[in-house]
Amino acid sequence: MKAALLTSATVALTLSITTPSYAQTAEERGLEIFEQVSAQNDGFQDSTASMTMTLINRSGKKSVRRMRAKTLEVANDGDKSMTIFDEPADVKGTATLTYSHTKEADEQWLYLPALKRVKRISSKNKTGAFMGSEFAFEDIGSQEVEKYTYKYLSEEQLDGIAVHKIEAYPTYKYSGYTRLISYIDQERLVSLKTEFYDRKDVLLKTLTLSDYVHHDDKNWRPARMEMINAQTKKSTILEFSDYKFATGMTDKDFSSNSLKKLR
Amino acid sequence: MITTYAKTLLKFRWAAIAITVLLTLGLASGGRFLVFTNDYRVFFGPDNPQLIAFEDLQETYTKSDNLFIMMEPKSGTVFDTATMQAIVDITERSWQVPYSIRVDSISNYQHTISEGDDVFVQDLIEEPELLEPEAIANIKSVALEQPQLVNKLVSSNGQVTGINITVELPSPLTEESKLLSKEERDLIDPNIALATAMDFTREMVTGFEADYPEINFQTTGIVAMNQAFPEAIEADAKSLLPMAFLVVIVGVLLFLRNVWSMVGTVLVVLFSILLAMGSAGWLGIMLTPPAASAPTVILTLAVADCVHFLVTMLQNMRNKMPKNEAIVESLRVNFTPIFLTSVTTAIGFLSMNFSDSPPFHDLGNIVALGVGYAFVLSVFFLPALMSVLPVKASVRTSNKATLMEKYADFVIAKQKLLLWAMAAIMIGFSFMAPKNELNDIFVNYFDRTVPFRVATDEVTDKLSGLYILEFDLDSGEEGGVSNPEFLKDVEKFERYVETLDGVQHVSSITETMRRLNRSMNGDDDNFYKLPEDRPMSAQYLLFYEMSLPQGLDLTNQINQDKSKTRLAVTMETRSTQQVLEFEAQTMKWMQENTPAIAAPTTGATSMFTHISMRNIISMLGGTSIALVLISLILLFALRSIKFGIISLIPNIVPALMGFGVWALLVGEVSLAVSVVVAMTLGIVVDDTIHYLSKYLRARRERGMSPEAAVRYAFNTVGVALVVTTIVLACGFMVLAQSNFLLNSQMGLMTAITIVIALIVDFTFLPAFLMLVDKDKSEKSAQDTDKLTSAPQPA
Repeated sequence: MKAALLTSATVALTLSITTPSYAQTAEERGLEIFEQVSAQNDGFQDSTASMTMTLINRSGKKSVRRMRAKTLEVANDGDKSMTIFDEPADVKGTATLTYSHTKEADEQWLYLPALKRVKRISSKNKTGAFMGSEFAFEDIGSQEVEKYTYKYLSEEQLDGIAVHKIEAYPTYKYSGYTRLISYIDQERLVSLKTEFYDRKDVLLKTLTLSDYVHHDDKNWRPARMEMINAQTKKSTILEFSDYKFATGMTDKDFSSNSLKKLR
Repeated sequence: MITTYAKTLLKFRWAAIAITVLLTLGLASGGRFLVFTNDYRVFFGPDNPQLIAFEDLQETYTKSDNLFIMMEPKSGTVFDTATMQAIVDITERSWQVPYSIRVDSISNYQHTISEGDDVFVQDLIEEPELLEPEAIANIKSVALEQPQLVNKLVSSNGQVTGINITVELPSPLTEESKLLSKEERDLIDPNIALATAMDFTREMVTGFEADYPEINFQTTGIVAMNQAFPEAIEADAKSLLPMAFLVVIVGVLLFLRNVWSMVGTVLVVLFSILLAMGSAGWLGIMLTPPAASAPTVILTLAVADCVHFLVTMLQNMRNKMPKNEAIVESLRVNFTPIFLTSVTTAIGFLSMNFSDSPPFHDLGNIVALGVGYAFVLSVFFLPALMSVLPVKASVRTSNKATLMEKYADFVIAKQKLLLWAMAAIMIGFSFMAPKNELNDIFVNYFDRTVPFRVATDEVTDKLSGLYILEFDLDSGEEGGVSNPEFLKDVEKFERYVETLDGVQHVSSITETMRRLNRSMNGDDDNFYKLPEDRPMSAQYLLFYEMSLPQGLDLTNQINQDKSKTRLAVTMETRSTQQVLEFEAQTMKWMQENTPAIAAPTTGATSMFTHISMRNIISMLGGTSIALVLISLILLFALRSIKFGIISLIPNIVPALMGFGVWALLVGEVSLAVSVVVAMTLGIVVDDTIHYLSKYLRARRERGMSPEAAVRYAFNTVGVALVVTTIVLACGFMVLAQSNFLLNSQMGLMTAITIVIALIVDFTFLPAFLMLVDKDKSEKSAQDTDKLTSAPQPA
């Protein structure tokens, strides 16, 4: 406990939070750690990565989808991100562009090569299965600290790693979850596991993040994310490769017009 | 030997009683392990092809176990602010149902609107309190024009709406789960899960009724049906068993006119039931409505054993024999016949193990056990008990024997007439048997005293039913659901199915495709058609999937690698014949018009459609084996091949005639009938054994003429046969009052068959014996008949 208090105190000092650590509530402590996690994520400017998504059904049958992701860091707001689909062949070239916002609803555009048009999509509720997987768009979209309120639960050991167990409550009315429980690696400040609870507060899915890679000595990125649906027993594995950072992309690369020019 | 046994038994009578009571209590304690099933799938064996196909479908897509809450506002329209507020609220609250994974209603229906290149995907009804009348009118026209909703979630007249809650229950318990503690096991027990979901829903709907008194609610769905099984069992147990005991008490008092005999019979019956059900508990048998009818059947059969023993005992006592001697003598005379009839009855019931439907294995095994226990109790416990009880036989007052005498005279005098008249009747009714039509409407397995049935009838009538036939359409390639050729075939088939009689609703992915195509083209109605190329369809689907809320995705319609789609047809409640026709018609049409996607129907409806035929075929083997075994026992008991063959007629014909009578009275048979032949065979054979063994004894030991032997047989066993037949018929008539169709049909048909068997044994059999057993067989009359040896007091 002493160590924990010390850590909190140090963190509080470094973040120049005026509230003395001994008076910190569980809510404040949870928020604080997530801010640290977010800070650990920041400063990469932009990134690209390849993604392989493997869907596994109850009987173990697998289907594979491939896509690429591009992200642009935006100061004081949510990131801009783009997903370009490569496989299956029928959807090759389909791309989405998302501006996530901390305050208002996200904006989203979709380019359909078959139509050769960019559509602006307005949908409040993106909690459904993403490409038939166990991931909701909500789960892989940009995770902004402001989208949740937090509560620190306890310090725990997860597979021999000291973690913070923190509960997060979505502030967005149309979220598919009542709460999330995250297990944050105390040392690296990355999430190792998240449990998603559905509207009746029953465990719906468990996300395990692993194979973290340290990029440019700054940002930790998981190379593997596995989502297991506790209710349907289906699962999806999302693997990331070819991470590249600070490639020099700009706002122009993330405009709705740019969607058409992708290849 | 039996005399020695009987004497020893009476010497240790108190010990015998004590042992019986202790053993009964010990075994009966297994009753605490008995659990009631609440899964209709138990009616199908693990090898049932329709079950396998259905489980495959469930595995491929989201499961379709559902709860359906129908809402009928008194205002007469679903589309007013108050009702729409209720729909939004109830849709939201329905997510709280335990194990729910999806809730569908007209309010959360994902409506797509297009304005230029902006596409909006949203709930059809949101914040209804803020809506202007025009907006409400718009919602109404959208809902009533949407093929996915009309006659599924909203009636075409807009008067009723429904909330469909899909639940995903835990998988059946595995062997490993038996190692868990009770608390841990209960958490993953699908039966408990289902009951939890149903209890919650009932309470929730009660809450809705309080909150929205102006709306009429009805709950149905597969989950509701499953939970109706244990409830039907419980209702039956509460009404049928007391009724059956009453029949026993009144019957035995009336025929034996002896209170202590009635007490003895009730105890034997009670113990037989306790022992059999206790054993079933120890064996881990799960109770289904058919298996739960076992106590009534055991009760009925056990009475017959007691009556045989008690009739002889009381007769002896009335002939001034001291009580214990009368008991020993009755045991000596009845031990073998009771043993034989118990064996034949048990064989009949055990042959139910050939059935394709596991609940009938359980019924057969439990009753066979019960029959065995009843035998042991009536030759071990009952004599000891009678010896202890202050039984007194009153002076004989009845003139039944003289009645039998007169009847025998009549049979002998009119033998030719009886023979030919009965032969004609027997053949006539038997030929009527195939006129019965198989009909297994699973919803109608429950009669209208069961709330589930009433609710389902109403919901089916006003909105949409539980009769859902599904097609698993395979494009043959990954991503093939976007192939325009495949989609065109599916659409053609969909259009065809819509024209068929009784179809209420067709749910198909093609509707989503047409709608998406229109939305992506600025809501232009000219684009309300299938997309023309494959990437376009695939990209529309990708867009759609990305925009949907949790639990409303397409996994219930498209499989993981997008090679297959599920097309579901909701029908009015249909007879088995109509469903078979539908299946044949659609298959033929697909083979001729869309051979690439031809697929058989599947789902619960399809499973029940084939269950009777499969069972009849599987029971043919079981019934044949039972017939062979029982005939062998008869050959052995009667010591005559000739009489063994003669006995086949009165053993087999009653069941055939029973079906003939049924064809005239009811005309429709269900799954239950497949086991009735084997079951009644073991019972009706008892009459033949009793009658023929007495007849043969008269012929062989006493050298009587066939006429005299017929008279002798009537005099000795006539009354007992009439009494046991009445008791049996009454017992099965009690079962016929069951609220579960399989049990009530089984009960009524067995009762009819037993009565017919007695009529055949009392008319055709003696006449036939007098025809074929001319005095040429007199030489064999000297043969001793050890099985039914000593002369019985007349």
